Amino acid sequence: MTTFLQATVAGLSLASIYMLLALGFVIIYKSMQVLSFAHPAIMLFAAYMVSWMAIDKQLNFWLALALGVVAAGVMGWLAERVAVRPMIGKPLFAIAILTIGLDIAIRTPVNNLIGVNIRSVGDPWGFGTLQLGDVVIQHRSIAMVVTAFIVGSLLFAFFRFSRVGLAMRATAIDQEVALAQGISVGRIFSLAWIMAGGMAALAGTFASSDLSGLTQSTYIVALKALPAIVVGGLDSIGGAVVGALIIGLAEAYTATYQSQYLGFLGGNFSQVVPYLVLLIVLLIKPYGLFGTEEVERV
Amino acid sequence: MLEVANLEVVYHDVILVLRGISFQLPEGKIVALLGANGAGKTTVLRAITGLLDIQNGDITKGEISVDGKTITKARPSEIVSRGVTQVLEGRRVFGEFTVEENLRVGAHTSKGDTEAHAMRVYDLFPLLKERRKSLAGYLSGGEQQMLAIGRAMMSDPKYLLLDEPSLGLAPLLVQQIRDIIVEINEQGTGVLLVEQNANMALSISEHGYIMETGKIVMDKPSAELMRDEDVQEFYLGLHAGGGERKSFRDVKHYKRRKRWLS
Repeated sequence: MTTFLQATVAGLSLASIYMLLALGFVIIYKSMQVLSFAHPAIMLFAAYMVSWMAIDKQLNFWLALALGVVAAGVMGWLAERVAVRPMIGKPLFAIAILTIGLDIAIRTPVNNLIGVNIRSVGDPWGFGTLQLGDVVIQHRSIAMVVTAFIVGSLLFAFFRFSRVGLAMRATAIDQEVALAQGISVGRIFSLAWIMAGGMAALAGTFASSDLSGLTQSTYIVALKALPAIVVGGLDSIGGAVVGALIIGLAEAYTATYQSQYLGFLGGNFSQVVPYLVLLIVLLIKPYGLFGTEEVERV
Repeated sequence: MLEVANLEVVYHDVILVLRGISFQLPEGKIVALLGANGAGKTTVLRAITGLLDIQNGDITKGEISVDGKTITKARPSEIVSRGVTQVLEGRRVFGEFTVEENLRVGAHTSKGDTEAHAMRVYDLFPLLKERRKSLAGYLSGGEQQMLAIGRAMMSDPKYLLLDEPSLGLAPLLVQQIRDIIVEINEQGTGVLLVEQNANMALSISEHGYIMETGKIVMDKPSAELMRDEDVQEFYLGLHAGGGERKSFRDVKHYKRRKRWLS
């Protein structure tokens, strides 16, 4: 039982990271029907900025984190304005490829900056733990879950109650009608990328806060958010949360139990599990658990 | 006054859709724009509200102005805040939103009192008030059309552009929509009514313009248009004197008459 709870805690903290990333993917996808493959690069860039400010510049971690969020927002905004906006109306395939190009263009210089050593983001959680019965909970896990919960709730309130949030949802449903109501759709696009960037910054910082630290391969974490959104349905915010939970927990449980019961699959099998879940869900529900089914008349 | 002068619109850089259109919508009046399918009526509205881009259209000549200030090629959000709002053809309500949320989207540009605008819309359409918590997708066609008009009214427009509000509605509902248009107009909003239902449009409008293949071929006060034999035959579905129906070719004489600025 203790092992199970321990695995659940680990799964929840993984899920928080995936959720922050998945929400970014979904917000961008909903607003402009583009799957942004530049997201991992923006996350890596933000994590590096936090690390640079907190470690190299000796800034307070929280200040560094806040600035990192802003930097990632600006980066998202730039990517949208410079590269993606001129491509609106072009085939989605072309835009998807373009975002892959963007990913490389941002990630290469960031990789050079990160270098070959493991960097720290200077987080205050360290190895601090909390004992709850027999379960040991790392402070960083608590920070992640709480942050993800707060961000998720804020986002929910934003989309439900605020004028701009409503405008974003309206734009996602019917761009032309949104324009006719006087909504500036261009600004909505920018805002989507900025919000996604900010959340990616949080995710990147969390992902680099444990033992593994920030390395050039930290971006792989963001790729695992892709199965989360596909499982949940590309265009569903609630789906992104559920998808992240499924993927995070599945990964953590596998990491805990697989060596015991399915040892022949080899070490680190948990890294593959997100994609395995993705495959199974797509076989059963091709539009994800909560995605909008596309009905096409023939 | 909403004024369109010599407007020329080209789709995809090659297809000339509007060939120099001019008309005016004076403040607080109802003006009808009639014509068969494909005449370019919707394009005129799109050009005014800046929605051509999305259809790959472009204004190549001419000018559109509101109260003397040009809005040619302005951004849609700016045009709405200048007081020109369009109700798109085919209702296009946000089906997954509640009635209330639909109205809130309509109030996006209004800095003033959203509540007051909402009250006004609910006064115009008591039905919407009753159903304000239900999803717009579950409303009937007529209710959706009312919602679409109500949503546009939330921006408190000075000029309301209606694209085929009677489309696909039963005669009784067309009557209702008609009464509402009159009421909106009486509250001081100018209405540009684009319609296939010429009878309804001419019965409430002050002036009518008739479009054919991208040109305005005739414009007269609505009462005169109603009496015009050709209009009666081809837009009102009456035909004078019994006997054999005239061939369209015989009555299109007015089409060949050049109509410059008017």
